Amino acid sequence: MDFVISQILTGLSLSSILLLVALGLAIIYGVTGVINLAHGEFVMLGAYCAWLLQTEFGWSLLPSLAVVFALIAALGWLIEVAVIRHLYDRPLDTILATWGLGVMTQQIVRLTAGGELRYVQMPPSLSGSVDILGATDSAYRLFVLAVAIGLFLITWCIYRYTSFGLKLRAITQNRAIASSFGINSAAAFRLTFAYGAGIAGLAGALISPLKSVSPEMGTTYVVDAFMVVVLGGVQSLLGTLASSAVLGETTGLIAYYSNDTIAKALVLLAIVIIIRFRPQGLFAQRIRA
Amino acid sequence: MNKNRREFLKTSAAVSAFSLVGFPHIWSKNSSLAFAQSGDIKVGVLFSLTGTTAIIEESLNKATLMAIEEINANGGINGLKITPVVEDPASDPATFAEKARKLVLSDRCVSVFGSYTSASRKAVLPVFEKQENLFWYPTLYEGRECSKNVIYTGAVPNQQQDDFIPWLVEKFGKRWYLIGSNYIYPKEENNYCKKLLEGLGAEVIAEEYVPLGHSEFSSVINKFRSEKPNVIFSTVVGDSVVALHRQYRAAGLDPATMPMASLTTSENEVAAMWGDAAAGHFTSAPYFMVFDSPENQRFVEAYRSRWGGDKVTHFVSESAYFQVHLFKQAVAKLAAGDINPLTIREAVKGEEYKAPQGLVKVEPENLHCWLRPKIGQCKPDGQFDILTQSADWLEPNPYSAYPNQKCTAEGLKQI
Repeated sequence: MDFVISQILTGLSLSSILLLVALGLAIIYGVTGVINLAHGEFVMLGAYCAWLLQTEFGWSLLPSLAVVFALIAALGWLIEVAVIRHLYDRPLDTILATWGLGVMTQQIVRLTAGGELRYVQMPPSLSGSVDILGATDSAYRLFVLAVAIGLFLITWCIYRYTSFGLKLRAITQNRAIASSFGINSAAAFRLTFAYGAGIAGLAGALISPLKSVSPEMGTTYVVDAFMVVVLGGVQSLLGTLASSAVLGETTGLIAYYSNDTIAKALVLLAIVIIIRFRPQGLFAQRIRA
Repeated sequence: MNKNRREFLKTSAAVSAFSLVGFPHIWSKNSSLAFAQSGDIKVGVLFSLTGTTAIIEESLNKATLMAIEEINANGGINGLKITPVVEDPASDPATFAEKARKLVLSDRCVSVFGSYTSASRKAVLPVFEKQENLFWYPTLYEGRECSKNVIYTGAVPNQQQDDFIPWLVEKFGKRWYLIGSNYIYPKEENNYCKKLLEGLGAEVIAEEYVPLGHSEFSSVINKFRSEKPNVIFSTVVGDSVVALHRQYRAAGLDPATMPMASLTTSENEVAAMWGDAAAGHFTSAPYFMVFDSPENQRFVEAYRSRWGGDKVTHFVSESAYFQVHLFKQAVAKLAAGDINPLTIREAVKGEEYKAPQGLVKVEPENLHCWLRPKIGQCKPDGQFDILTQSADWLEPNPYSAYPNQKCTAEGLKQI
């Protein structure tokens, strides 16, 4: 019995990391339509920020989370102003531009912070393990799960219940008409991009104590994030939540009964098959084109 | 038009004649002039400074350059200075091959020091075999290779496992869980490990491989929990090692009853984990940074004053360092006019050097090194406690898992 519980917890932990990494991408992609290949680099920069704050200023991880969010969001803002906003009508060029930004960011980090693997210390209060219904799980993993769900709820509420969210939904449906009703879509896009980048940075800081921090770490996460977003349906936040839960639990289960190599292959295969028959993803919203 | 074609044919004929290496006379006469030109000896340094394995290869590049600087500061080799030509193969096997070709053909290097992964070594191998040049490979690796154009200064499976496996079985028990990254190195190491375990009457309860670069081990750790092995034999490499150790620690597993035994977790990887994540686990290697010898003290001090006080040395950077000194000893035996890759290879056979790990020797038969394996347990401060060291140096046997094959000076032999 406790193995069933611990397997579910493992799956949830995988899901929470997927959700954290994919949420920012889903927001940016869903609202602005920009395929942000530098998303993994925002994650990486978030991890490096946490590392920097910890080694240079002695900050523990928890208080530095807010600073990391603010810094990476500011960076996202700058990138939107300098590069992305000129490319909204040229989707192919945004792919190239964001990919180029990603490569440059990796090398800048390598040149300034060095190529070595870095570590971020887990907050001491969360470094133990907890018993839940007979199964043991790392307290930190549960904390990450809680933060992921919290962030999702905040994002959901902004999207659903604020006037800003209303404007965002209007823009998503049809940018030209929304603009003609007086919505400042340029400002909305800028905020969205900054918010998505900030969440990615937060994700990086949160996973840094579990994994290693290196200039290339973003590459794997951007793939995972795209998997989640594509499967969940591009403009659906709920879809992102559901698909990260499904992917996390499935990967965990297959990895337990077989191994991680097989799990990765089978999950990708399943996604290819699903996309073949449901190209819009599992939870696509109906919109007027 | 016609003339151009004739010209082209002539050049290609000349080129192909030149690249014929079957005539040692022509080769050594032409090359010896070129190889020790104008009072310096050119060598290639081929470690990735960018890309995924740059993390570790940077330290090998540093150790190699430091050894070259040391030799030059002490007057070079018989008055000849070593000039390093540094190339960055960017962690990509195809680029490795291309840069190796450049170093050998256009820079006319007499030897090349380089590479970390087996994939990159396999990629440059044809270049050195075809051009009869010499490649110096510092990394521990899976064995099962017998090239006359490579000097292997890292450990092969028998050197790391012969002492280690029986010691672990006796100390912890007979239920073993083998976990590795999914490529050739872990599979070959596990082949030999399974052979040893069988001889000891121990049981392999699982053999599992995760993708390279994998960083999510929660399912694996669940399996550790349910299977309760006595020893986890880990050949997980790269940044996956860091993730595995940190997640093992976060899950609350105890190294005292279920230790991880590794052949690749060095000071370098431990430095990348948070503090005591690796504490209590075991590594077998010929060299640890804390090893107490005057040579090692000098090596560590020199390395830190040259590259920074927070840097660590480890068992691959140590080989990268001492192989340059072996190169120097071999070249020192040659007259300036005789210096070429093949004479260096002959001169280095049987050569001994007092390395930081202790005295090492190049085995004339298979060009691997006699090394001094040690077993270390990681401490919370990121350094190792050396628990045992082999009584004598250990012979390299790159075909230890394949008793009917043997690497000799004439090439691979079937017995």
